[in-house]
Amino acid sequence: MQCPKCHAPMHTYNRNGVQIEQCSGCRGIFLDYGELESLTRVESQWSQPAPPPPSTPQAYPSAPAPAWGAPQHGGHGGGHYGGHGGHHRHKSFGHMLFSS
Amino acid sequence: MTADSLLPALGAAVRHAAHPARAVPGPRGACPCGAEDTLLADRDDGTVVRHGDFVAKAHAPDTDPTALAPRLAVAASLPGILLPPLNPTPADLLGRRVTLWPYGGPVDPDTPDAAPWEAAATLLARLHRAPAPQGLPSMRGPVKAARAMARLRAAGPHPAAAPVLRAWAALPGWARAEAPMPDATTLCHGDLHLGQLVRHPAPDGPWVLIDVDDLGVGDPTWDLARPAAWYACGLLPPDEWFRFLTAYRDADGPAVPADGDPWPALDVAARALTVQTAALAVAKSAAADRPLDEVQQAVVDACDRMSAVPPELAQGFAT
Repeated sequence: MQCPKCHAPMHTYNRNGVQIEQCSGCRGIFLDYGELESLTRVESQWSQPAPPPPSTPQAYPSAPAPAWGAPQHGGHGGGHYGGHGGHHRHKSFGHMLFSS
Repeated sequence: MTADSLLPALGAAVRHAAHPARAVPGPRGACPCGAEDTLLADRDDGTVVRHGDFVAKAHAPDTDPTALAPRLAVAASLPGILLPPLNPTPADLLGRRVTLWPYGGPVDPDTPDAAPWEAAATLLARLHRAPAPQGLPSMRGPVKAARAMARLRAAGPHPAAAPVLRAWAALPGWARAEAPMPDATTLCHGDLHLGQLVRHPAPDGPWVLIDVDDLGVGDPTWDLARPAAWYACGLLPPDEWFRFLTAYRDADGPAVPADGDPWPALDVAARALTVQTAALAVAKSAAADRPLDEVQQAVVDACDRMSAVPPELAQGFAT
C-alpha cells in the first residue's frame, strides 16, 4: 500500500492490538474503519487507575479526603498505617486513639 | 507527677462516696467492701481514682473554678449524653478541685476495632444540638492546641518541628486560640477521643461522654476533627471514618452538611488537630531522644503537605 499523500510505501504496525498503517516517508498514519474508536477505547482503559489490590478491600472508594491527606486516599492502593479491619493496628496508633 | 498526699486523699474521698454511712478506713486499711482503690489516670490534666462503683477526679492544678462549675452543671443536665457527676459542686482537696462520679466502663484499649464509632458520633450530634446555657465558657480545643505548640517550642530543636510550625502558622486565628471562634453558640465537648466514652452502668450500659474540662461553646467541627485527622493521615481506615461520619449525619449533627463533601467544613479543625498531634509527638520524641515512629511520622508528613494547600475558606457552610 502506498501513502495517499507522498506515495511512499506504508508499513503495518500493531498498536495495542489495533493494526495501523504508517508511511515510511512522511510518517503519516492511516486508520481503517473502527480503528480510531478501538485506539480511543484502549487509551481510556490505560488512563483508569489500577484496581485496588485484593488484600485491601476499599469499601468506600469515593469517601472524600482533604488535599493534604495521605497519598493512599488517591486510589493507588497503599496500606493504611492503622491496618484495615481484621488486621492489627499499629500500637502507636492504638495509643493515639485514646490520647488528648 | 502527683503530690504524694493527693492519692490517699482522693482514695478517702471516693471511699466516702461509696460508703457514706460508714467510717472511712485509713489510706492503707483494706475496705470492708473488698474493693481496692485503683488509679485510673494520673496526668497533667487530671488524676482519677476508682473505688467500686465510684471515681474521684482531681482536676488539673490550673483549673479555673468559675469555669468548671458551669461545665459540671451541663454534665448534670444532660444525662444520656454526658455522665452526670454525683454532685455538681467540686470539693477543694489539697488545693485541687475534686469531683465525684459514678464509674463507667471504658473502651478496651486492646480492642480498638470494637471502638463505638456510631455511639460516639450520635452522642456528639445530640450534644451539638443541645441548647448551651448562658454563661458557659468557650470550648478549650484551640487553647489545648496552642498549649501543644508551646510544648513543641520548649522541647528544643528537632528536624520534624519545621513542617509542624509552618502548618500551625497557616491556620486561621480562631484555630490557634488567637481570635474568637466563628461559632460561639454550639455546645461542644472540646477533647473527643476514644478515652472519653464509657458505658454506664458498667459494663453493659449505654455509652456516654465523660470529661467536661474542655467543654464549652464553640465550633462543633472540633469534636469531629480527631477522627477526621486520623482518617486524613491514613491512620483510621476509611470504613471506620465513614461509619463515624454517617452516624453523625444520621443523628442530624450540625457540624457538617447533611450530604456531599464534608471537608470544606472539617478542613481547618482537622488540620489543627493534626498539627496538635504532630506537635506532641515531636515534643515527646525530642524529650525521649527517640526517633518518630511510623504513625507519628505520618502525622508530621500530613503537616508538611498542608503547606502546599491553603486552608479551606468555607467556614460556617450553613450560616
